[in-house]
Parts: sequence; structure tokens; C-alpha cells
Amino acid sequence: METKNLETMTLNRTIRVKNLARVEGEGGLYVKVRDGEVANVQLKIFEPPRFFEAFLRGRHFSETPDITARICGICPIAYQMGAAQAMEDALGIVVDGSLRDLRRIIYCGEWIQSHVLHIFMLHAPDFLGYESAIHLANDYPEIVKDALALKKIGNEIMALIGGREVHPINLRVGGFYRIPPQEEFEKLQERLIWGRAKMADMTRLVSGFTFPELERDYEYVAMHHPDEYPLNEGRLISSKGLDIAISEFENHFTEIHEEHSNALHAVVKERDGYFVGPLARFNLNFDQLSDGAKALAEEINFLPPCNNPFRSILARCIETWYAFDEAIRLIENYSPPAQPYVPATVKAGRGYGCTEAPRGICWHSYSIDSEGLIQQARIVPPTSQNQRTIEKDLQQFVGRYLSLSDEDLTWQCEQAIRNYDPCISCATHFLTLEIERT
Amino acid sequence: MKSVKKPKIAVWKFASCDGCQLSLLDCEDELLDVVGAVEIAYFLEASRATIKGPYNISLVEGSITTPHDAERIHRVRRVSKHLIAIGACATAGGIQALRNFADVEQFTRMVYPNPQYISTLNKSTPISDHIKVDFELRGCPINKYQLLEVINAFLNERQPLIPAYSVCMECKQAGTPCLMVSRGAACLGPVTQAGCGAICPAHQRGCFGCYGPKEAANPFALAEYFKGGGINDEKLVRLFRGFNAFADPFRQESERRQSPEPVRD
Repeated sequence: METKNLETMTLNRTIRVKNLARVEGEGGLYVKVRDGEVANVQLKIFEPPRFFEAFLRGRHFSETPDITARICGICPIAYQMGAAQAMEDALGIVVDGSLRDLRRIIYCGEWIQSHVLHIFMLHAPDFLGYESAIHLANDYPEIVKDALALKKIGNEIMALIGGREVHPINLRVGGFYRIPPQEEFEKLQERLIWGRAKMADMTRLVSGFTFPELERDYEYVAMHHPDEYPLNEGRLISSKGLDIAISEFENHFTEIHEEHSNALHAVVKERDGYFVGPLARFNLNFDQLSDGAKALAEEINFLPPCNNPFRSILARCIETWYAFDEAIRLIENYSPPAQPYVPATVKAGRGYGCTEAPRGICWHSYSIDSEGLIQQARIVPPTSQNQRTIEKDLQQFVGRYLSLSDEDLTWQCEQAIRNYDPCISCATHFLTLEIERT
Repeated sequence: MKSVKKPKIAVWKFASCDGCQLSLLDCEDELLDVVGAVEIAYFLEASRATIKGPYNISLVEGSITTPHDAERIHRVRRVSKHLIAIGACATAGGIQALRNFADVEQFTRMVYPNPQYISTLNKSTPISDHIKVDFELRGCPINKYQLLEVINAFLNERQPLIPAYSVCMECKQAGTPCLMVSRGAACLGPVTQAGCGAICPAHQRGCFGCYGPKEAANPFALAEYFKGGGINDEKLVRLFRGFNAFADPFRQESERRQSPEPVRD
């Protein structure tokens, strides 16, 4: 971390964080303060572009889950699932019953490993004043050990159903290549039950953190399903009245390409930036949580609507608990599917897929020709959707904390950015902090 | 008692998905022992605290795709005693090396409304194209146990025990029936380096080459065999153009299949 301290505590200053830490990928922050007012905030994304949407053209539809997984090593399931479901939409096949349950269980695994990584390894150190979880482990080894044990269970789900933790190999259009061995679920179930109880304790611990004050009038956007907390299916709804099918996404959302960023900024047409991820899902879908998850949220006095992004770590905790609970429920009721996948006949068409990645909605659309080759591909990852909201948060937040030294202000800004668990690798298909006080 | 200085490890990222450096954090049972034995001196994904080099070991993830990164990798080399490239991006250019077979300007226009804001090179290249690399650990993603073996080997000044044989050997060791023989499936196992544990054939699907070409691979012979089984050149090109598309043996074979007549070098 490098900060450039020009004239600390003056009315005019610039703060730069060259390379933001504890985010996935490469980015920075630049804040310019003029006459005691925040003049400019830029979340810089210089993760190099990788052109997935371009080289997907001409590839076979069956290759998309494996290729799009490589957009992100932290949330590959989100890409594999969105791509597979978009292709199933184009080909007119429906994946339901226990195949759908298996997909939901592995997605619970991805939420657990990704959420636990962010809550305890990347974000908790900010609240507790440590540079990293490694530093935290010197004083509180038990917290870090428990977190690693919880994260491991998420990875075990990924490996059991997906074949391995990073870039699973068992997911395909129509379902899976192989049905996971039944006896393995029993061993997993015992671990999940331990994890659910441990996660409740860890949620209580996090609820004792001190949360900085920040509230804005956000437009939350999340998926919504009448019968379940959104993971892999549903309509797109918002706190300002949006209620659309996923196929209508492009009619209501657009992306703006800013000079300072290799990620495109998404906005709701005719309004502005919006908020996706755990806090958006929690605010819009509280009723869909299981009774146990609601009870835990009530116990820690964390109830919707919550408009403080610093409390998103609590939404992430409740969701992690829920993911354990949901996986346990699904495994209790699981019986193996008759076939590992639903076969499809190739035909030309256009399909849409949208799922709730750990960081928020991840939207896909593809056109394929009669040979099954991709003609057009578009992928909108969660972090690029949150980018404008992060910048606006910082604009308001920095204005209130100008009395802080550059070093303290920089750390506070980093913490505010991590509220969104930004995944820069995904957004570039994202950070360094620069605060300028001229 | 004399205090011993712990060796310093740095983790660097170039164009990549973060999955390989995540593999280090995925060593849940070993991570606290690792950080007990070494000093994690630079690892931005995990820590905001950075300690100045030189570093005993630098792990480099990602490929070189921008003019800025082509310079930065030289700075990383200068502060590193041992530099290890990890993953298919760092050892072969990664999936983003598919641009190497296309027109990048056209790619930029396809993805970005304002292509003038984008600074990128025409090719995505492995780290070894730019600097001397002390070891290349293959995989998309890498195998975390192989990563621990490589770190251990370099800390103890010995050769890493990373087999260069094919995925077929791992299938035999696991007792997985050959998919090519039993089902006629297109499988890159015979030309792909082991390391994944041959998980794809065990999941009833052919290997798609995550660990890149094995030592002395013969993709031409394999492609001819597939062709005899009715797989056309168009499909063969796609088969070799995965995460290791720009690794020489795979690149040569896919380029040969794009030309009108397959001719042996």
C-alpha cells in the first residue's frame, strides 16, 4: 500500500491507493478533495481485459461452462451455471427435480467458500484493525482456524459435486457428467451440521463489530423466487419497483464505459447505479429465508431494510448460515436423478441465464446457430454493476471523514470498498487507492 | 537462542482469474503451518501489509497482456531469488491467449464501446517469454498439493517432484477405464501432463487439457486417431484451443488443422 501524502489535513488534497489489497483482482482508488469538498472519486480498474465475449464467438455451446468458469477462480459456479442455463433456455430444455437440487447444493458450496473467505479473511481484519487474517491469526488463532474449517466445507461440496474446488469439471449444459456417489453425501451431511452450528457462533461474533455510519437511498436489485431464497433462478426485482423476466434485462439496464476503468459501469436506464449482492438479496428476499436464518437475523437484531453497506458483512453471515441450512435440507430430501443430464437437440436460438453469484446477479445471454456454435455472447458480472454505487458511497463517506489523516482515511475507504466484496477479475472482463487533496 | 529469519514469499498477479493464488488460501489445513514457516511478504489478495523485497520465492500468476505488465514482470524478477510461474496463464498465456489467433482490435471493439480507453497487447504470452523462470507449475487451476511441494522444494534447495508424464498414467493408477477405448470419447489425456488426478475421465468425460502438453507429446498422432473416429478438423481445432492453446505442441496442432491438408512438420 502506497499513499501519497501531499498536504495532510488541508482543504485540498489527493489520496491515491495504488494497489488495493484484499480484493480479488487489480484495482485502485483515486480521491480528489478541493476546498474541503470531495471533487472526484474514481474506482480504477486496471485488471487487464481478457475478451471472453469476443473469443466465445465460434465456440460450441457445450464448451461455455468450462470457458466462462475461467472468468473467476473464486466464483466459477456462478459462470458455469449462468452459461449452462442460458444454453438450456436457447435449446428449450428444462433441468428440474434432483438435478436442479444438485445444482443448488453445489451453489451453496460456492456461497460458503466465497462468503467465508470474504467475511473472515478479507473484511473482518478491517473491523478488528488488522492488516490481514494472517496478522489476525497471531492474536486470535481460533477465529482464523474456525473460518478455515468452514471454508473447507464449502470447498468439499464443490469437490464432491463438481470434481474439484476451483474450476469444477462435472457441470455441463443439461446437468452433470456424473452423478456424485451417494455414500459421500452422508459424510458431508455430518460436516454441514457442524458448520451450521459454528457459523451461528461466528455470526454472533461478527454482530459485535463496530460498524461505521453510512446510509444512502439505494436501488437494490436481486433475483426473486416465490418459493426459495434466490440462488439459481427467478425474476429480477428492485427496491424501486422493477419486476422483470431475466430476458428483459437489456431493456432496463445499460453499461457505460468510463475512461478510468477496464470494467463497464452498469446503470438502471433512466435512473442510476444500483446495488447487488448479499445486502440487496437480504433486503428484497428476507421472507424467503429459512425460519432458522430469520431467527438468527432477529437474534443479532439485523432486519431489513438495512441501508448501511458496512453491515453487508452481516447479510453475508446470514446467507452463509442459510447456505449450510439449505444444503442440509436439500441433502435430507435428495434421491439420485435417473440420468446425469437432460439431453438436448441442437437448434439455432437465443437464451438467457441469470443466477445469484456470491457478489450479486451474474447475467448471461448467447445466440447460437443451427450447428450449436456461438454467434454472440454477453456477460454482465456483479462487480461492474456495483462499481458506480461504490464510487458514490465513497463520495459521501470521504466527505464526512476529512479530519482523518491520509493513512486512516485510506484504510477507511478500503473498508468501504470491501463492503461490496469486489471481484475485479470478474469485472474486467477491477483496484490501486489514490486520494487527491490538492 | 538465535532467531532465524523466515524466508519471504511474494505472490504476484498478472492477467488471470485469481484461481491459482486462491489455491494457496484453499490449503485450509496447511495454511497456518505455511505462514508459520515463511513470511508472506507480498500477497495483495490476502493482506494490505507489504514488506519490501528481495523475496526468496515469488509466485507469479497470470499472463502478460499489457505494455505496463511487460515492464512490471522485469521488476518482479529483479526482486526475486526464485521465480515460479503458476498456472496455465503464467505458463502458456491462458484462455486469454485465444486472442493470439485473432485480431485484437476487433476483439476490443466487440467488448468495449470506447476501445480507445483500452491498452492491450496483441498477444497474451507466458511469463517465460519475458524473463527467466525458475520453475513452471502447470494447471488450470494448479493442484494445491503440487504448489506446496514446489514451495517446499525451493525452500529446501531441492528439485520439485512434479511428474511430467501424461494424464493416462493417473487414470491407470486410479483404475479408471480408458474412455477412448471403452466409449470412443475424444480425450486429451495421452498428450496432457498429469497433476489433476485424472478427474475428468473419472467423471465420464474426456480430458480437455488443463495441465498443458506433457513431455514429448505427440498431438498429431492423437488428432489423426480422433479423425479416424469421425472428429472433423473444426472440432480438433477447438479441442486444442483451450486454456493451453498457445503452448507450442497444442498451438502447432491447432494451426495445422486449420490449414487445408494436415502435413507433418
